[in-house]
Amino acid sequence: MRQQDPPPAGTGHAPVRRPSQATDVPHGGDLIGALVSVTIDDHTVKVPVGTTILDAARRVGVHIPTLCHHDDLCVAGVCRVCVVEVEGQRTLQASCAYPITQPTTVRTHTRQVRQARRHIIDLLLSEHAGECTTCFRNGNCELQALAKEYGVDSFRFGRPDRPRHKVDRSSHAVVRDMNKCVLCRRCVRTCIDLQEVGVLEAVGRGEATTIATYLDKPLAEMICINCGQCINRCPTGALRANDPTDEVWAAIDDPTKHVVIQTAPSPRAGIGEEFGLEPGTPMTWEMNTALRRCGFDKVFDTNFTADLTIIEEGTELVLRLHKNLVQGDSSLPLPQFTSCSPGWIKYVEHFYPQYLPHVSTCKSPQQMFGALIKTWYAQLHGIDPAGIVSVALMPCSAKKFECNRPEMCDSGYKDVDYGLTTRELAQMIREAGIHLTEMPRSDFDDPFGTASGSGVIFGATGGVMEAALRSVIEFVTGKKVEDFYAHADIVPVRGFEGCRHAEVQIPKEVGPVPGLIRHLVPDWNWLKGATLKVGVVHGTANARKVMEDIKAGGPFSQCHFIEFMACPGGCLGGGGQPIPTGPAIRAARARAIYAEDAAYGEAGKARKSHDNPAVLRLYQEFLTDGPCGHKSHHLLHTHYTPRGKYIG
Amino acid sequence: MTICNDMTLAAIEPDAGLAAALKLDRAGVIGEIRRSGMKGRGGAGFPTGVKWNLAAAAQGDRKFIVCNADEGEPGTFKDRVILTEWPGRVFEGMTIAGYAVGATEGILYLRGEYAYLRHGLEQCLAKRREEHLLGNDICGKTGFGFDVRIHMGAGAYVCGEETALIESLEGRRGEARNRPPFPVNTGLGGMPTIVNNVETFAWATAILARGADWFKAIGTEQSTGPKMLSVSGDVERPGVYEFPLGTPIREVLRAAGGEDAKAVVVGGASGQCVPANRFARTVSYEDVATGGAVIVFGPGRNMLDVAENFLEFFVDESCGQCTPCRIGNVKLLEGVRRLKRGECSTQQLRELRALGETMRVASKCGLGQSSPNAFLSIIEHFRREIPSRVPVTVEA
Ligand SMILES: Cc1cc2nc3c(=O)[nH]c(=O)nc-3n(C[C@H](O)[C@H](O)[C@H](O)COP(=O)(O)O)c2cc1C
Ligand code: SF4
Repeated sequence: MRQQDPPPAGTGHAPVRRPSQATDVPHGGDLIGALVSVTIDDHTVKVPVGTTILDAARRVGVHIPTLCHHDDLCVAGVCRVCVVEVEGQRTLQASCAYPITQPTTVRTHTRQVRQARRHIIDLLLSEHAGECTTCFRNGNCELQALAKEYGVDSFRFGRPDRPRHKVDRSSHAVVRDMNKCVLCRRCVRTCIDLQEVGVLEAVGRGEATTIATYLDKPLAEMICINCGQCINRCPTGALRANDPTDEVWAAIDDPTKHVVIQTAPSPRAGIGEEFGLEPGTPMTWEMNTALRRCGFDKVFDTNFTADLTIIEEGTELVLRLHKNLVQGDSSLPLPQFTSCSPGWIKYVEHFYPQYLPHVSTCKSPQQMFGALIKTWYAQLHGIDPAGIVSVALMPCSAKKFECNRPEMCDSGYKDVDYGLTTRELAQMIREAGIHLTEMPRSDFDDPFGTASGSGVIFGATGGVMEAALRSVIEFVTGKKVEDFYAHADIVPVRGFEGCRHAEVQIPKEVGPVPGLIRHLVPDWNWLKGATLKVGVVHGTANARKVMEDIKAGGPFSQCHFIEFMACPGGCLGGGGQPIPTGPAIRAARARAIYAEDAAYGEAGKARKSHDNPAVLRLYQEFLTDGPCGHKSHHLLHTHYTPRGKYIG
Repeated sequence: MTICNDMTLAAIEPDAGLAAALKLDRAGVIGEIRRSGMKGRGGAGFPTGVKWNLAAAAQGDRKFIVCNADEGEPGTFKDRVILTEWPGRVFEGMTIAGYAVGATEGILYLRGEYAYLRHGLEQCLAKRREEHLLGNDICGKTGFGFDVRIHMGAGAYVCGEETALIESLEGRRGEARNRPPFPVNTGLGGMPTIVNNVETFAWATAILARGADWFKAIGTEQSTGPKMLSVSGDVERPGVYEFPLGTPIREVLRAAGGEDAKAVVVGGASGQCVPANRFARTVSYEDVATGGAVIVFGPGRNMLDVAENFLEFFVDESCGQCTPCRIGNVKLLEGVRRLKRGECSTQQLRELRALGETMRVASKCGLGQSSPNAFLSIIEHFRREIPSRVPVTVEA
């Protein structure tokens, strides 16, 4: 058959949609920024012209129920749950989509409004083949919550007597059960507008409308990047991650298995939300104890390999720079792209395969760790690697796909056996009857020990770049980062702006090349006075912008190093994190992460990757030919698959 | 399809309206249309002059004049007759609109099933270009350029809804947009866009040619001018008729030979059902509004069949976007079938009626808002046709 561009089914053009229409202000110009008065029930308030009724209501503390609305997404106005009465309008208006442009009077719970909302909820339930008791969203489902809020006590318009759709379990990352779908289209807006990937789209008309992939093919065959952002925004249980907890429990229960778990920084900043804590309450040390009580034999800190990544990827960058700037050899082109986000990797493989040579060959911290656990760690402790079950606790659904890549077996075994999300671990902890918040605190296990603060900040957008810069600056200048940036906080690369630029001026004075990489570069003279240009990008919609900018020879093409994260906010906003998500929740998680980094400094622990004693020990004892050496290449580096967008 | 009575349009001199318009300034043209009191002929009945004025005032690098020739309403076929008989009038009207609002691009959105008309329409466009009625410096008016292209629809009823039509023009699924903003400000490609019905453009030429006063003299105060009606169903002479707005339904039936009808549905599947004892009601915006469809039901018809048929249409043709329309129509259809089988309790019937009210007010676009009309009016007027219910317990 003819090859076709899969997204968005039928339209065949780039899946870019205009942002929220609702804030469009007719006649523009002079009205922008003007205030207009709105009366919502008993509250009168002035809001900027173009504010939606929903936002205005929130401002005065009036609750309007919503379902298809999401703070991260463009307006849809399709579920109609948020309808209100607007004086002078014949019909009810969707408050999420109605911009206030003139003095307006709104009533949010008249008889007609209540009846309409109740009808809408009843109609949704009539099509929702959900069995609350057997659903992973039980207790955290927006439809369930609405049913409770509106006192639904019967299926007034019936309910499905049998499933209409086959559950798609093809993907390692995302399971789709369209029987539970309420057609809010948040996943579509996530995939098309927020991430600009475009795997999911509404197809069919009328009663036959469904959310589907191109030709309804299995997700595993699509250009899905496994970011799981759709899962985080699904109001029901229609989308979930591919859950390996049964297998993990089975391994724990098997006395012949040595079950180890590595934990990434973001789950610690998020897991508290699963237990009713405020977003941004870190649970690092309590979680360590909980993991041990669950039965994991060892608890390791993925930040160890985050630090290792900085050394390897930083060395690779130095080598690329030297090749390009000194030797005039552009076979390994600049800018170098980071490689720790598996969603980003699959995105490049599909959308920009010609740019794969820019991507660092370093494996992600998860996979580096996997390769080391079944080699170095096994050797050190005299454990048969065949008996090791290696689990990775990640904020991420793409990590599940990543650990199943066929090339990720460099230890001679499957390097990482299971990728577990924050949500899934929370489930295991609940199941084990453990009260996470009451756990005594405990540290990570050796030989990897506690990592540096730089490893921790990998969880936030800009973190990898900041960690890399801390090391590069010290390597090249021979001075402390603190001499340039107070408390080693490289603030210019922090924040949530989608695409960021920063420049680091290398002083005229450079230091000696540190021993670790002295065999690779003779001196730093060639970097004297140079300006190191870096970029930080999160969310693949922003990645697309930057890639197009690079293609067009724009400012990002002048960068030397760019950090890309597939998920908005970086890993802390990953597809395996607690639901719900939103800008405020992600900001709170980021605060927790930066606070942990700062705490490392206050406690006198390492804050820079190259100061991590365990990393140094690794190079002394195991990776003896140094960063980017032969052994490191074998275990810690990888290659990519140009996939393209076309699906046969 | 037969033309069944005298058509005013046939008597209007071609391109006289355009010539008259170009003698006026833009405000003058809009003023004339406003004074005529004409309301849109596509169904919603928005005053055309007001729409043009809004689009003229809107800011935009480009503006578009879109002619809605989707004619998807069941029982409507008068636009097809206009496009067959007087295609030049439609393009002339669009050109006048372009002049009035400052647009240079026109698009005729043609119903997929009317593909066979395309060739003739293209020929008409080519001829008009040759005659300098389209293109640059139209009729020698320096600086005024306008042209029209034809865009084929693909068979979705909802694409007749103006914002869904625009989505479709932009290459996406035909689905209604949130309003506001309205197309006159934020239409095709975000630019100010006028969407008018085929007949609306045709009458615009007549208004310019003969003057607003002439137009106003026809019809009623709130419903000015003549209106073309597509009359079908149980009548002796189905076809396209022209009547002054304000004409009683009875008179339409007399002309078409359907006096013994038990009901007419005015406005197509989304219209309302008028029973025989209300045939004195008039076809007008203030009474029984219609985009043009008059479907006549003879004495032998079962009105629940009619409701079922219309609801089947909406169950398929809803764009599937919003809850009340997508699922509501399914539930109404199930309800009508239960009524037909005599299995609907009064409690359930009350619930269905309330659901219909919700669909009217809570649906996102006109499709869902009007889809329960026929059902609700049939339930109201033909209670006696609802088979006595068999008591059943409400399902859990
Ligand atoms: C579901 C639906 C279908 C419609 N179909 C048509 C149509 O086929 N032709 C038409 O002119 N207007 C149709 N309309 C009305 C248009 O949205 C719009 O109001 C009209 O084209 C405006 O033109 P007018 O002001 O000249 O009537 C439809 C509206 C709805 C809600
Ligand atoms: S009312 Fe029907 S056609 Fe209109 S937006 Fe809703 S689902 Fe679509």
